[in-house]
Amino acid sequence: MKEARGISVLNRIAIGRIHYYHPSKREVDESPAEDVEAELKGFEDARQKAIDEQNGLYEKALREAGEEEAAVFEVHAMMLEDDDLIGDINRYIREGKRAAYAVDMACKEQAQVFSEMDDSYMRERAADILDIGRSVIDIILGLKGSELQGAEASILMAEDLAPSETVKLKKELLLGFVTKEGSGNSHTAILARSMGIPALVQCGEVDPEWDGHLAIIDGYNGCLYLDPEEGQLAEFKARQAEEERKRKELDAYKGVESITKSGRRVQVYANIGSPKDLDAVLQNDAEGIGLFRSEFLYLNRDDYPDEETQYLAYREVLKALYPREVIIRTCDIGADKTVDYMGLDKEENPALGFRAIRISLSRRDFFKTQLRALLRASIYGRLGIMFPMIISLKELLSCKELLRECEEELRLKGAEISDSIEVGTMIETPAAVLIADELAEHCDFFSIGTNDLTQYTCAVDRQNAALDDFLDIHHPAVLKEIRMTVEAGHRHSCRVGICGELGADLSLIGQFIDWGVDELSVSPVKVLPIRKAICNHG
Amino acid sequence: MRNSFVERVGLMREFHFVVTDPVGIHARPAGELVKYAKQFESKILVKKGDKSSDMKALLKLMGMGVRQGDEIEVTVEGADEADCAEKLEAYLKEKF
Repeated sequence: MKEARGISVLNRIAIGRIHYYHPSKREVDESPAEDVEAELKGFEDARQKAIDEQNGLYEKALREAGEEEAAVFEVHAMMLEDDDLIGDINRYIREGKRAAYAVDMACKEQAQVFSEMDDSYMRERAADILDIGRSVIDIILGLKGSELQGAEASILMAEDLAPSETVKLKKELLLGFVTKEGSGNSHTAILARSMGIPALVQCGEVDPEWDGHLAIIDGYNGCLYLDPEEGQLAEFKARQAEEERKRKELDAYKGVESITKSGRRVQVYANIGSPKDLDAVLQNDAEGIGLFRSEFLYLNRDDYPDEETQYLAYREVLKALYPREVIIRTCDIGADKTVDYMGLDKEENPALGFRAIRISLSRRDFFKTQLRALLRASIYGRLGIMFPMIISLKELLSCKELLRECEEELRLKGAEISDSIEVGTMIETPAAVLIADELAEHCDFFSIGTNDLTQYTCAVDRQNAALDDFLDIHHPAVLKEIRMTVEAGHRHSCRVGICGELGADLSLIGQFIDWGVDELSVSPVKVLPIRKAICNHG
Repeated sequence: MRNSFVERVGLMREFHFVVTDPVGIHARPAGELVKYAKQFESKILVKKGDKSSDMKALLKLMGMGVRQGDEIEVTVEGADEADCAEKLEAYLKEKF
């Protein structure tokens, strides 16, 4: 047995034999052409074939993965119709280059132009140009790689897979795939996810020698087991069968309303950290997004994200979920999540320090950029804006005042803004619980963040493993706070949801329903189990 | 936000257009724009600052990197210029 690691694209198990795919070896002949007319014709024929091929891939992707994923192939076909590109290639051929070499040169030049642009979206188009260049060259040279798939269903292994290769795959012959290159965000990974195929990318150990060997992809742990031992194989087979059974059982709750036997409706929403999670939200049939953590926009970068970047991300999520609601929490940087460019001082006690709404209210331009992006995106769906770490009415009112200010400024400029945006706050401090009545008067909704609420109520640091014995995740004080918050909210017709980990705690769900919690927002994979529990509650 | 006017400048038509679509003139919409432009006989030139492109040339057009808020100048010259300028302006307004 041998073990290899990679980045998992989907939490699923695959078991089967490996089929190793060698792409065609493209060696472009740079010697002068003998017959220019023949080279010109060779290119033109290959170009037409490549267009047909891309159109075919578009149709296939549309059927199997959807409009969004298919668009890339439509663009490929259009690029192959570009007169400048065709002109450049023909010119190179007339200068005496062979067709394949001319295509290679012209496509590389065009890719260079795109890769130097400011816009990151445009920079990625360089890969598209290279992809179509390769497909034309392969046709000219009559190259064919080894078969992408064998006769039997198998685990496909390759150095890398281009989107055009991924979409060519026959689903019934594909148990999963493993690549050495690729990222979790590549077209290929996205396609795999939307096609429900277990896959590992960036698996450094990938080796052509493994062709024909039995392997297990453990998508939960990003692991590949080569030549598994009998016991291990039996264990994974049992897990896979169990997984399949559970998935089928939960699938029965897709498209079903979350209503208890006595007729009470509790909405099951999903928590997400970036638009990447949208597939999972939709696949698990969440009724909305109860917590979209906007921090991903701020983390892992060198400078503040501009309004446009934020706007595009919010718009994408709102559009995808429409007509369902999306609650976006404003920036919750600070404490354990920090970024260098913000220049935040090191603190003795960061959990009680300069974080979340405290930063937003102190750095108003920064906050207003986010609010403007949210307001502009609002017309694309049902938006709820939520403020984190509120401890006083004054803070909430300041937030709402800034929101109004941004709205006026935008309207003056002629921007369209939805008039049904809802505003709410996180309830994650004991202070917020104790003044919940006052806050509720000014909120459309509350969302209880049970992780922080537990930490602040019990004064137990959740990052400190040495305190595990002192941390009671079902501490009666926290449960009492949840109940008080629900009651206070309802006195002022303010909806109350739970978005922390307790919201997905099956042992508490009965109590939450009885107390009148309106919505539970949980990680996408927990949506169906929670819905099942609600539907089975008396 | 959109300011535009069709005016006669010698033997051609010219109009200005401010892109309001949040993604600007990106890959797929650009492809559709090229397709639309190709039905006219006239030569259509797009200018943004010091960059310019034939509107029927997809890669060049994408290479201009037209973004939301950018103002482009469109000049149309040819047999069907009047019809082309009018229809093209309406198309841009609707799609971009």
